[in-house]
Amino acid sequence: MADSNKTVRDVKFHVTRYNPETDAAPYVKTYTVPVREGMTVLDGLHYIKENLDGSLAWRFSCRMGICGSCGMLLNGRPTLACNTQILHIAETQLTVGPLPNFDIIRDLVPDLMSMFEKHRSLKPYVVRADEAEVNDPAGEFYQTPEQLEAYLQFTYCIKCGCCMAACPTLATDARYLGPMPLSAAQRYNQDTRDDGRPQRNQVTGSAHGAFRCHYAGECSRACPKGVDPAKAIQHLKRRLVLDYLRLARRKKACQKLHGPGQGQPPGNIPAAPPKTVTPSA
Amino acid sequence: MAQINRHDNRLGLWGWLGGGRWGIERYAYILHRLTGLGVLFYFLMHIVVTSLRAFGVYLWIEGGVFHQPIFRVGEFLVYAAFAYHAFNGIRLVLVELGFAVGAPIEPVYPYKTSLDVQRPLLIVMMILAAIFLAVGGYEAIGLAR
Repeated sequence: MADSNKTVRDVKFHVTRYNPETDAAPYVKTYTVPVREGMTVLDGLHYIKENLDGSLAWRFSCRMGICGSCGMLLNGRPTLACNTQILHIAETQLTVGPLPNFDIIRDLVPDLMSMFEKHRSLKPYVVRADEAEVNDPAGEFYQTPEQLEAYLQFTYCIKCGCCMAACPTLATDARYLGPMPLSAAQRYNQDTRDDGRPQRNQVTGSAHGAFRCHYAGECSRACPKGVDPAKAIQHLKRRLVLDYLRLARRKKACQKLHGPGQGQPPGNIPAAPPKTVTPSA
Repeated sequence: MAQINRHDNRLGLWGWLGGGRWGIERYAYILHRLTGLGVLFYFLMHIVVTSLRAFGVYLWIEGGVFHQPIFRVGEFLVYAAFAYHAFNGIRLVLVELGFAVGAPIEPVYPYKTSLDVQRPLLIVMMILAAIFLAVGGYEAIGLAR
């Protein structure tokens, strides 16, 4: 068994540094990190902070690709530092920078507020005409597995901003909504519990909305969770066109069960198989 | 509250080239923009040149400026830009209407994206553009005469 504490080789980390109080512009500082087998870029940054330079700042939380905090530009590619092993992407040199297309707050910390403001403008939640039911739910909503699969892929987004950093359109049009907010809009548009598509269409169909995407596909390549924002945006555009031409099938939001066990389930649900174990008395 | 300085890190035009993994669709995206700008420039020049007729200047007649070899090459490039832009544009229209990108799937690593699904369409369109270019370009560079 390999010794996981044994240093495989030294890797030079070329890290972008920026202190808003003292620096006019970002600059690159180089640190040498002894890399072990299985060591992630996030581990390397921790090594630098603990042993070489305590002033280095970055954002992280879960260390396992769930929280979306540690999105960075590693060797020119936006990805998660916790999800990337150093030896997989670097021989002896590794560049570490903040996600582009966002302002830099300090060192490797981007200001993601522009992304979240666009996200909020698209009402990323279930909107229903019967608002009282959302505020004070009296039962469950029907949803078949097929209806769930129509949007499930887009729910895995962790809002890390890697897609926004990779998008070439966003690089030249700061007002473009970008892949993350648009795929979130598609996620809720496809949800059968939702009534909010007409409201979202006002934003997604605007001049800086979905039709600014020209399918470079970088968002889908950059996404560390396989969300495929490019696919979501193309489906979103299709629905925008159908809505504009009034060709979309009219579909009411799914109805709710009025209390546990009181609703009428759809007729196509097969009966449960007979029990194979009889509980003992 | 104290104002916190921030550094604008938006890539601008460099973002067309940087910040990604450089798949074939990205080359197609950039080439589509460049050929679009090229064809637009040609149209503008076309209006200028033909309007010179009002002043008695005919640049395109036999023995005129536009019969110089450099303009034959330029004409071929305009034709090539048109061929690429047209066929790639058809692909983009189809993709943007939700065709050839596939339905949402459960993301299982290694992730398969819509880019993989639409790639055959891209390849077919590029073959068609190449055939169009070969047939028409033969004429454009004057070999058919």
